[in-house]
Amino acid sequence: MISSTSRHARGLCTLLLLIVPQVVFAVELDMREGVTAMSQDIHWLHTVMLWVCIVIGIIVFGAMGYTIVAHRRSKHPEPANFHEHLGVEIVWTLIPVLILAVLAYPAAKMLSEIEDNSDAALTVLITGSQWKWHYQYLEHDIGFYSNLSTPREQINSCGGWLLADTFCELPDGDSAAGKAERDANEHYLLEVDNPLVLPSNRKVRFLTASNDVIHSWWVPDFAVKQDAIPGFINEAWTNVPKTGTYRGQCTELCGKDHAFMPVVVEVRTEDEFDQWIEDQRIAKELASGQAVADREKTWTLAELKSIGEGVYLANCATCHQPNGAGQGTTYPALDGGEIAIGPMAAHIDRVMNGKAGTEMQSWAPQLSDRDIAAVITYERNAWSNQPDDNIVQPLTIFEYR
Amino acid sequence: MVAHAEHIPHRSGLAAFLSRWLLTTNHKEIGSLYLWFAFLMFFIGGALAMGIRLELFIPGIQLIAPGFYNQLVTMHGLIMVFGAVMPAFVGLANWQIPLMIGAPDMALPRLNNFSFWILPFAFSILLSSFFMEGGAPNFGWTFYAPLSTTYGPDSTDFFVFGVHLMGISSVLGAINIMVTIFNLRTPGMTLMQMPLFVWTWLITAFLLITAIPVLAGAVTMVLTDRHFGTSFFSADGGGDPVLFQHIFWFFGHPEVYIMILPGFGIASQIIPTFARKKLFGYNSMVYATVSIAFLSYVVWGHHMFATGMPLAAELFFMFCTMLIAVPTGVKVFNWVATMWRGSMTFETPMLFAIAFVILFTIGGFSGLMLAMVPADFQYHDTYFVVAHFHYVLYPGAIFGTMAAVYYWLPKWSGHMVDEWWGKLHFWTAITFVNLTFFPMHFSGLAGMPRRIVDYSHQFQDFNLISSFGAMGLGLTQVLFLFIVIKTIRGGEPATDKVWESAEGLEWTIPSPAPLHTFETPPPWPISETEAHEGAA
Repeated sequence: MISSTSRHARGLCTLLLLIVPQVVFAVELDMREGVTAMSQDIHWLHTVMLWVCIVIGIIVFGAMGYTIVAHRRSKHPEPANFHEHLGVEIVWTLIPVLILAVLAYPAAKMLSEIEDNSDAALTVLITGSQWKWHYQYLEHDIGFYSNLSTPREQINSCGGWLLADTFCELPDGDSAAGKAERDANEHYLLEVDNPLVLPSNRKVRFLTASNDVIHSWWVPDFAVKQDAIPGFINEAWTNVPKTGTYRGQCTELCGKDHAFMPVVVEVRTEDEFDQWIEDQRIAKELASGQAVADREKTWTLAELKSIGEGVYLANCATCHQPNGAGQGTTYPALDGGEIAIGPMAAHIDRVMNGKAGTEMQSWAPQLSDRDIAAVITYERNAWSNQPDDNIVQPLTIFEYR
Repeated sequence: MVAHAEHIPHRSGLAAFLSRWLLTTNHKEIGSLYLWFAFLMFFIGGALAMGIRLELFIPGIQLIAPGFYNQLVTMHGLIMVFGAVMPAFVGLANWQIPLMIGAPDMALPRLNNFSFWILPFAFSILLSSFFMEGGAPNFGWTFYAPLSTTYGPDSTDFFVFGVHLMGISSVLGAINIMVTIFNLRTPGMTLMQMPLFVWTWLITAFLLITAIPVLAGAVTMVLTDRHFGTSFFSADGGGDPVLFQHIFWFFGHPEVYIMILPGFGIASQIIPTFARKKLFGYNSMVYATVSIAFLSYVVWGHHMFATGMPLAAELFFMFCTMLIAVPTGVKVFNWVATMWRGSMTFETPMLFAIAFVILFTIGGFSGLMLAMVPADFQYHDTYFVVAHFHYVLYPGAIFGTMAAVYYWLPKWSGHMVDEWWGKLHFWTAITFVNLTFFPMHFSGLAGMPRRIVDYSHQFQDFNLISSFGAMGLGLTQVLFLFIVIKTIRGGEPATDKVWESAEGLEWTIPSPAPLHTFETPPPWPISETEAHEGAA
């Protein structure tokens, strides 16, 4: 940094730069305390358990350490001859039983509170699917999907640290720029397009379910982790006293993009929440008006293609790749693909209904008529694809429904 | 491991080599085959782990695409559990149980040959799935439905077949061990006089023959759900995905103890030898092991607290799981009491055995924390769990196996292990094992889920340390391979007794152990004079 700095000092600085980040995280060594009464109780239980283990550890390892030092052959050449003692053995069987009994009581009590789902003011149905969450406010008839919003360029860039860039044969272009953006992104992988919005100070009941495989919905700061299981509905609840944004992730392996299924919850004051619900209701009405207008209009190829590209990159590119090349037989290529250049009816059917038993899901409930028409049109005109019937109007999709 | 030409039909070259190793029914040769096979699988599984850790060095996807990452995670688990740890323990059993109970061989030698030679086929099938269309199994070694049923790749069927084969191998091996222990003990040796390694293996064999068929049932149900129209694990047809987890973990939890009980036995052999003092509380060691085995059948639910289990079941599984701490504690206290006021030296096997006790206990502590259901909601499926089971498996099962190899290799090869190299291996291994796995506690507590290919910045520092540690740990085990080969090829000749105050029948035979031992049952108990002659 200074011109006179010797090579050694510079070396030392580099070393410090390597070490310092590892010292700074000292505050992050423990479980997160969270913000709800439940998460703080659990943190307390965790702390008690940790200290019980540490104390037992100190006693046992202390005894071992002492005997290793004091009873080595150089200091203690003649071994003693004892090899059983009923009294001692009974004592060190009973003491752990007592410790465990004392620990079991608060844990059991806490558990019965956690499992009490009664008297909720609001119920949210959380449905997992590969790889997004669907939130529905059952009392308000509002629902939306929540997708990862971190751009793919940030995820798929190497930026040459430790591993050479030659390893990075990724389709997304400038890897150094992507890495810089990733490093600057405080909420990398923990950000979504539409967060779940909840009121503070109200008991909220969560129902979890799934459309495909098992997922698990987790927000560490609430201490809520509940599996979302296809065909069954699970319950959990929280009551968040503090407004703010809380982040978590899917915690059950759910396929390829398990790492890219974050949970983001925005907790607002009760008034702000009620206002938000009202806004959502109005937005829903506007959207349905817009949907009518969309299907009455006859769209040009260029219009649909440009909308479709955005829809494709957000929803389809993670499997079929931005260049339509797919990934092996599991995620077929769309560039020159059987469906994408085949009959239009089959293409619409595949996008609307998905393919059973694969990660190709039904997009009918997730996307609007316009977006589905746009993405199909895009797929039939992108890359080298040039089938004869290359455009579909939102009205066709509406009628298909 | 020395060639015994007089026993081999007169052939030359490849034919002789094949007929010796393919057709052998000798427990020592089969033991060596098992151990070398486990060693190979340990390196393959380790290479997959290196791939995982390379990808996790820093945030972002650098090397490994998400789909392939899941294949690595799955195959790493399957190969380490079924290919490395279990065959290594069976190999040790093959070598040592007949020597320790004074038997001429295993009771069912041809079955022994068969149960080994199934394994290379099982793992060739499993590993070949990497080269199939759609890739290797990618649903985790726990293969939860419906990820493995409706959504599994085509290679899932090969996985099912591979698991069946290794299951048959394990059950046949376990039957052989039980029959040997019950029938071939030298006259006069009662069950309560058997060495602890034999005891723990007897109990492990019972766990194997009861747990493995449940696994076979689970994979068969996966197969029929995939191809024959059943709906065991699909709610669409009236089944239940959670049923899969109940069945899997009903196998899976005893499996956990299958992978650690022989390690308990090894520590119970080694610590008394180098403390020059009898094992403290032999009877309570046996009873503790039996109680752990019984409890292992009633705690499977603790893997499933987040699946929406009713309160009563959560309480039951929590209390039962906590109870396991009691017999496990007894074992640890007994080992410490064995060392207490002994006259200890710290040769390589003793160092590994002490590390086993300490680091396994740390894994036990985190296990106790995981048992508390409310806290488990925060720990479940995070790196805290990854840290926990790697602490019981790596410094537990694998260090236990290494301790056993250092302890008995002089008997097998006739050469002492070079202590300088052994200690170098020990100190590097213990440094890197902690560097790899201890930070995982912290990343888990900070909220990092397991089995993710990419993570947010807050987990970066711990992952960096873990990845550095893992690279070092991988290299360390190349050192182990070098030491084993070096010892087999030469070194200071071992005495019959090898270790100054070792006790047991295996130390009364020459080093290296001749191909055939105890053709007439040895006298029991070993007379004092004989024991002293061995020391001389």
